[in-house]
Amino acid sequence: MLLTFPIVVIRVNPIEKVIEWRWRNMALAGVGSFILSFVWRALLTWKERRGRVGACSVPDADTGVTHAASPAIAARPFEESRLYRPALGAAALFALVFPFIFSSYQTNIMTTALIYVMLGLGLNIVVGLAGLLNLGYVAFYAVGAYSYALLNHHFGLGFWTALPVGALLSALFAILLGFPVLRLRGDYLAIVTLGFGEIIRLILENWNDFSFGPSGISNIPRPGLFGIALSIHEATVYLYFLMIALCLFTIFVVKRLRDSRIGRAWIALREDEVACEAMGIDKTLTKLTAFVLGAIWAGMGGVIFAAKTTFINPASFTFMESAMILSIVVLGGMGSILGVILGAFLLILTPEYLRAFSAYRMLLFGTTMVLMMLFRPQGIVTNIRRVYRFAAKGKGDAPAQA
Amino acid sequence: MNYFLELLIGGLTRGSIYALIALGYTMVYGILELINFAHGEIYMIGAFTALIVASVLTMNGMTGVSVLILATVVAVIYASAYGYTVEKIAYQPLRKAPRLSPLISAIGMSIFLQNYVLLAQTSDFLPFPSLIPSLPFMEPYAHIIGSAELIIIVTTAVVTVTLTLLIKFTRLGKAMRATSQDRNMAMLVGVNVNRVISNTFIIGSALAAIGGVLIASHVGRINFSIGFIAGIKAFTAAVLGGIGSIPGAVLGGLVLGWTESFATGYVSSDYEDVFAFCLLVLILIFRPAGLLGRSAAQKV
Repeated sequence: MLLTFPIVVIRVNPIEKVIEWRWRNMALAGVGSFILSFVWRALLTWKERRGRVGACSVPDADTGVTHAASPAIAARPFEESRLYRPALGAAALFALVFPFIFSSYQTNIMTTALIYVMLGLGLNIVVGLAGLLNLGYVAFYAVGAYSYALLNHHFGLGFWTALPVGALLSALFAILLGFPVLRLRGDYLAIVTLGFGEIIRLILENWNDFSFGPSGISNIPRPGLFGIALSIHEATVYLYFLMIALCLFTIFVVKRLRDSRIGRAWIALREDEVACEAMGIDKTLTKLTAFVLGAIWAGMGGVIFAAKTTFINPASFTFMESAMILSIVVLGGMGSILGVILGAFLLILTPEYLRAFSAYRMLLFGTTMVLMMLFRPQGIVTNIRRVYRFAAKGKGDAPAQA
Repeated sequence: MNYFLELLIGGLTRGSIYALIALGYTMVYGILELINFAHGEIYMIGAFTALIVASVLTMNGMTGVSVLILATVVAVIYASAYGYTVEKIAYQPLRKAPRLSPLISAIGMSIFLQNYVLLAQTSDFLPFPSLIPSLPFMEPYAHIIGSAELIIIVTTAVVTVTLTLLIKFTRLGKAMRATSQDRNMAMLVGVNVNRVISNTFIIGSALAAIGGVLIASHVGRINFSIGFIAGIKAFTAAVLGGIGSIPGAVLGGLVLGWTESFATGYVSSDYEDVFAFCLLVLILIFRPAGLLGRSAAQKV
């Protein structure tokens, strides 16, 4: 640990020709890393101790991420329906009155956050449930956004037609990409999707005849409401409610999917591929389903994004966007729906209200991802694993894994 | 014909750099089965350190080869220290975690390092002094191969041979091979696995730093995001050659370099990066074990 201090310290200096010795930064970095190293050690010991406690109560606690029955999360506030119902009601009420008490700027931000909720939930299927690391998620988002923009530009297709078309196109791309790659080990998928994301962006940037290059496409119409002309404010509010509805739909679908046969297959596949194949689950097909479903949501998100901003260009679809959606999922808790929603609001709304720190945003994302993996791999809200109990046996606590 | 030769040499130079970075990926993957996403960032940090040291030295009146050598040495030391630290912080505590965790932590680390340099330095492209001197005896061939290119190619060759010898014949090399075959067994026979892994990261980072210095003084400008694309391409090279194999990484680097060079020379320069990714996807479809790799059965 001590070895790194000089690096952090001396790192901060020159700009060509004029050497700028920033001694003040040096002092700050020195003090900062000194304190941080203590925090670091404390965290490590805390983790170790917690690991030991966990190992006592749960026999196989060293296996990792998705442990249902850790004592630290015994008090699950969200499972208690007594607490859960009023909280849900309050949230619904808040969501309903939100656009009428806040300005349309706030509503806009909220809509953005809701888009990310949707994207996060979509990626959650891929990363959280099926355990496939998709680093090019933004590519499918871009496919959705561009398919609406281009279809509208050339053929004058409306929002409601473009929504399924965008989703289908994304799904098509996902099948084309996923089919060869998903047969391989998981790590390859990460790098191939990363590459795919870059390819899509580069093509959009360079193929001027097709995508209008870096200047993007403007004047994309907002979604219509049975042909009623809406003012800008009304359109914002309308889009907001549309987004709420779509998010609810997404939550419903993801929840049903998670508890379905295929959802359980995804989770099982994430935990142990070999055992899963032995149980007769088609590995490639199951993974492909997850991958494609995730892409469909990204495509829909893209269409809505295009409709909301009325202007898109390739700069909106960089790797950083993928990284942000991924950190939403990681921060919120992989596999957990509520966690992803909270994560999205946290990561999207916090930077909006803390503009002063916007330069440090990505730095914090990176740090968050590392720290979450190290100290709380299950995320803010732990995904509660359905545990099936055998009734009326003496030690009936044996978790029959889903 | 001259054009062809030019492209050939250009591809060879490019490929050598990819190979240098790919070696780090391959070594880490061989031992930990982990894609070290932060590796490209280490390379970028190496280049930045060299830039800083070189400009400080030049300003204090030093010139010529000594600047190059000093800058490279400092860059290698710094990058190694970074590689070591990254491993200690982001990967070592996750040795026993599920596969996805270190991967995500690696991406986090990569984003962190990128933005760290962005904030500590600048977001602009910085001009990098061309440190490599022009050799007088190369004069007659200068229209085909510049001395910078020659030095890059020779350095890569020397480094690769040294690395191969190191892994074949030294104690450390033996320990590394043992660890990559079976970590628990290596522990049982008295190999300090953690130290071996740290050493692997140090060596890999040092190679990346050498690559960083060389390519930065060849291309002439750097910024905080060069590591990202170089990292992906080097990974492509490593996969192309068969990940985990050292000659494979070099071969993969060269093939990738030539592909890019000829594709940009004869087809179009707009899609330079696209070719690399397409190559990656194609190789994964048709020969997932890589050119020189053996397809291993998955251990249960």
